[in-house]
Amino acid sequence: MIEIGTILRGMRIAGVLGLALAISACANQVADSTTPGTSAAGAASPGSQQDFVVNVGDRVFFESDSTELTGTSRATLDKQAQWLTAHGQYRFTVEGHADERGTREYNIALGARRSQAARDYLISRGIQASRIKTISYGKERPVAVCNDISCWSQNRRAVTVLNAGS
Amino acid sequence: MNIGKFALNRRRLLVGAGAGALAAVATRPASAALRLEITQGNPQPMPIALPEFVAGSPTESEVARNVTSIISGNLQRSGLFAPINPAAFTEKITNSDTVPRFADWRVINAQALVTGRITKQPDGRLKAEFRLWDVFAGQQLDGKQYFTTSDNSRRIAHIISDAIYQTLTGEKGYFDSRIVFVDETGPKERRIKRLAIMDQDGVGTRYLTRGDDLVLTPRFNPSSQEITYMSYGQSDPRVYLLNIETGQREIVGNFPGMTFAPRFSADGQRIIMSLQQGANSNLFVMDLRSKQTTRLTDTPAIDTGPCYSPDGKFICFESDRGGSQQIYVMPATGGLAQRISFGEGNHSTPVWSPRGDFIAFTGQAKGQFSIGVLKPDGSGERLLTSGYHNEGPTFAPNGRVLMFFRDLGQGPSLFTIDITGRNELKIPTPSLASDPAWSPLLS
Repeated sequence: MIEIGTILRGMRIAGVLGLALAISACANQVADSTTPGTSAAGAASPGSQQDFVVNVGDRVFFESDSTELTGTSRATLDKQAQWLTAHGQYRFTVEGHADERGTREYNIALGARRSQAARDYLISRGIQASRIKTISYGKERPVAVCNDISCWSQNRRAVTVLNAGS
Repeated sequence: MNIGKFALNRRRLLVGAGAGALAAVATRPASAALRLEITQGNPQPMPIALPEFVAGSPTESEVARNVTSIISGNLQRSGLFAPINPAAFTEKITNSDTVPRFADWRVINAQALVTGRITKQPDGRLKAEFRLWDVFAGQQLDGKQYFTTSDNSRRIAHIISDAIYQTLTGEKGYFDSRIVFVDETGPKERRIKRLAIMDQDGVGTRYLTRGDDLVLTPRFNPSSQEITYMSYGQSDPRVYLLNIETGQREIVGNFPGMTFAPRFSADGQRIIMSLQQGANSNLFVMDLRSKQTTRLTDTPAIDTGPCYSPDGKFICFESDRGGSQQIYVMPATGGLAQRISFGEGNHSTPVWSPRGDFIAFTGQAKGQFSIGVLKPDGSGERLLTSGYHNEGPTFAPNGRVLMFFRDLGQGPSLFTIDITGRNELKIPTPSLASDPAWSPLLS
């Protein structure tokens, strides 16, 4: 459990770096940024995209071939809904992703189901449907690149991405 | 490329002066003509001699060398023929119109012999001729000549390969065909994907998109130079249509959501695809002329990976309506779908053989991804190859060979395997490659 926590934390930080530098972080950078003391959380001003990614958590994870929201996922989405309610100026896209252990077209449909599950949950927590777009990337955009379970579990995700300029 | 250019002058060669001699040495009755049985058992590759085609000028020689080597490569890769090392040849073929000294070829155990000639015509075109000989019967089995533009010599080589294959096996070949696939470059988490097209032997790759947009799952129109594929453009992911010759591209239909998994109908007039609405994906078909769309399935499930039977009467597809990805068959107009896959694990990405006899699929069981085949009634399931990841089979035009992609963890590459499960080969590509789709025969 501790290991997973570290990985999640590292990915959030990587997200911040990505936004700040306007480049996408690669997996190696994710690994590097898990070292303590590099947290950018303190720099995230309330209501900023960094604030959302670092202090709320922009993603939820799924079991293999599942679209069910776990207790942890629902807790994260509760926090997202709270934050999105407080910051009503944002429109956002929920991206659904799958791990590489599936066929391409099925994974596209599976990712769509995951983004839909997160979307529906946010709506049930009072977020207006008109603020939400969904898209599925199937297995096309992994964040973690290795060929074992530690990476697959990070890639089975729904990520709430605040639209720039909204 | 104009097929007519060399199809026009295609005709059987007259044996001419050699005819009398041929009749004299032809001892084997016609019914016992040299024939490779490929439908049963484990055929031994037929030893075949392919001396370099005769040529005059250095330009002709270069073409002759290439054509001979392409034919030899095609036949060898089929697994059905064993081209003999030219170092063993004792007769030097200097005139492809004369009857070879069969004894010289029998000595090295060649069962079949191909002779040929390349000549540049006064108008700049190439003339390619070949004769296929039954060495032990001492008779000519086939002989044709073709005219084409000089940049078309690869196709001539593929066409001659198909003619040899057909004469010796009794089945149509698959060499004069192309593969459209997804070329992959860059790191895994930011892969750049481009549509690319090449000859079936992995030569002559040409890129059809620039890599700005993510592109997936291309498929050929069976009757023209068109492909359909899925692309993440500026808006929602959509199914597109691309004319290979003109580069003209259009979005297929005006659907209220993501469309994916497109395939042409056998007559090329319709595209069947998945439309995602909410948590579900269902199958729709669009008539390309009338633009009319019809819903084919309506389930709270993922219905995708559609394919038509070659006669156009049925559709196979994958669905998780029963709890896991399995293959179903239903009438082309929709209606009752029957599950046909009952082997171990999941079954997905079904493709119907052009011969109609098999459906190939991706199997998933015990953490392994396999390529397999089963009959359209669900019987006779066989896995041809298994491993960490094998996915997305596509049939050669004659239904004898499958191409698919394999990823052992370092990125995907293209492979072929016979439907017997033998003769697995890697197809060379400039970089990583996935999602292959085999064209019909070009001529």
